[in-house]
Amino acid sequence: MMPKSKKQRQLFYVVPYSIWLILFVFAPLVLLLFQSLTTSNGDFTLHNYAVYFASGTYLKMTFNSVWYAFLITLITLLISYPTAYLLNQLKQKQFWLLLVILPTWINLLLKTYAFVGLLSKTGTVNNFIGLLGIAPQQLLFSDWSFLLVAAYIEIPFMILPIFNSLAEINPRLEQASHDLGANKWQTLRRVILPLSMPGIKAGIQAVFIPSLSLFMITRLIGGNRVITLGTAIEEHFLVTQNWRLGSTIGVILIVAMVIIMILTRDRVRKSSRKRG
Amino acid sequence: MSKKFRWANIYLWFVFILLYLPIFFLIVYSFNSGSVMQGWSGFSLKHYNELFSDTRILEILVNTFLIALLSSLLASIIGTGGALYIYNLKHTLSKNVFLSLNNILLVSPDVIIGASFLILFTVMGFALGFTSVLLSHIAFSIPIVVLMVLPRLQEMNQSLVAAAKDLGANNWQMLSRVILPVISPGILAGFFMAFTYSLDDFAVTFFVTGNGFTTLSVEVYSRARQGVSLEINALSALMFMVSLLLVLAYYVISTRAVRSKKRGTRLVLPATEGL
Repeated sequence: MMPKSKKQRQLFYVVPYSIWLILFVFAPLVLLLFQSLTTSNGDFTLHNYAVYFASGTYLKMTFNSVWYAFLITLITLLISYPTAYLLNQLKQKQFWLLLVILPTWINLLLKTYAFVGLLSKTGTVNNFIGLLGIAPQQLLFSDWSFLLVAAYIEIPFMILPIFNSLAEINPRLEQASHDLGANKWQTLRRVILPLSMPGIKAGIQAVFIPSLSLFMITRLIGGNRVITLGTAIEEHFLVTQNWRLGSTIGVILIVAMVIIMILTRDRVRKSSRKRG
Repeated sequence: MSKKFRWANIYLWFVFILLYLPIFFLIVYSFNSGSVMQGWSGFSLKHYNELFSDTRILEILVNTFLIALLSSLLASIIGTGGALYIYNLKHTLSKNVFLSLNNILLVSPDVIIGASFLILFTVMGFALGFTSVLLSHIAFSIPIVVLMVLPRLQEMNQSLVAAAKDLGANNWQMLSRVILPVISPGILAGFFMAFTYSLDDFAVTFFVTGNGFTTLSVEVYSRARQGVSLEINALSALMFMVSLLLVLAYYVISTRAVRSKKRGTRLVLPATEGL
């Protein structure tokens, strides 16, 4: 039996918090699901899902979105793992890590805007390759520019969890593997890599899910060539005003997210990311 | 060995240059006297003059900071309450349920948060504008504060609370004189995180902002769609400075928190002396 004062205290703490939970966690998700499952009269229907799964365009868009998210995750992983590994061997590693995190504190829009300037037809990159005698290229509004900018934005979110998992590895394990006759490559592959798997999984989770839902970069850099699930949702909600189909795609995005989280789940769960 | 190490350094330099190049590029061109991000026409502060005489941008800046400040303050209060509630829960199961519910908004993609909040505000008949943006920012900041405060509570020495109770402290005294001083570094860290999340947010705001009200990110988006304007570069340079200051402040707070942790319960002493 709880004493009365403690009950009062708990009540005082929980009231605003539970209002938040009900109003901003439960209600929006329920409403999203409700929108996707009803007609404009409020009758239950699976029509929206039928439209989604019957249409080749939507399925192709979903496949493309997953494919691009996969590419972005792969590129960031390939760049980030060596970076995290090498950072870990530096003396002032906390300071260097702070330098990796610093760009994530800068407004996402401003970073994207920088690339609009860098990659535009009269921009710096084109000027630079012009010096080498190459004619100006259309760099902006291409699949490559989209991948480049998305990977640039996501790299710190991949480095951070990998760095943390590498830092937790006992250095004696590396020495032991060396003593037992493993060369550097074998040590990396058989000892370091498996032990840093939780960090890699956390990084994949932190990069893949936002990559599925990016919509600002697809518009500013991808020039609407790349349509992700996020772009499709934004289009349906704010442009064509077809909320029911937009909600349907939203539900599918949530399902995709849950699948990824289950696939990358780890027994020891600890890591969160700053949203971008 | 040493040769290999040099290659490692070259690789790290390459990554760091890659990370910072776009940012410095923006800042350098904010001082260009020309009007595009190419070629160098000479040093000038004219884009800063433009920026400071652009009342629309200044108004948006004020709005953005007002939203960030209000939302992080309110989220800190509600989030701290939530953390205290979760901490006081006895059953591990209900604790875990609340923690999972707390994390839903943290893992949800921004587009989902934005779209579902838009439905929510429309269903409730809520006009889009300042209040809807503020409420959304409070909503997505609360779970961060909870996550920042909870570890502090778990580190707190339980006998302090028991002692305060034995000495006859009521609920309010226990909270304000014992618990809050101990967990204040966590609350402060949560506040800072919430503040930067709010300043940084684009997607959620974009959905719930309506027509009349704009924050900085949304404004940069609509301007960037029209092309490059060096006024935005000047703005980026200033924002970069603000971010640097925030990081510095956050760094100082967190290192101070670590130091005080080493000293154990030293942080509570002034309050207990006051009793």
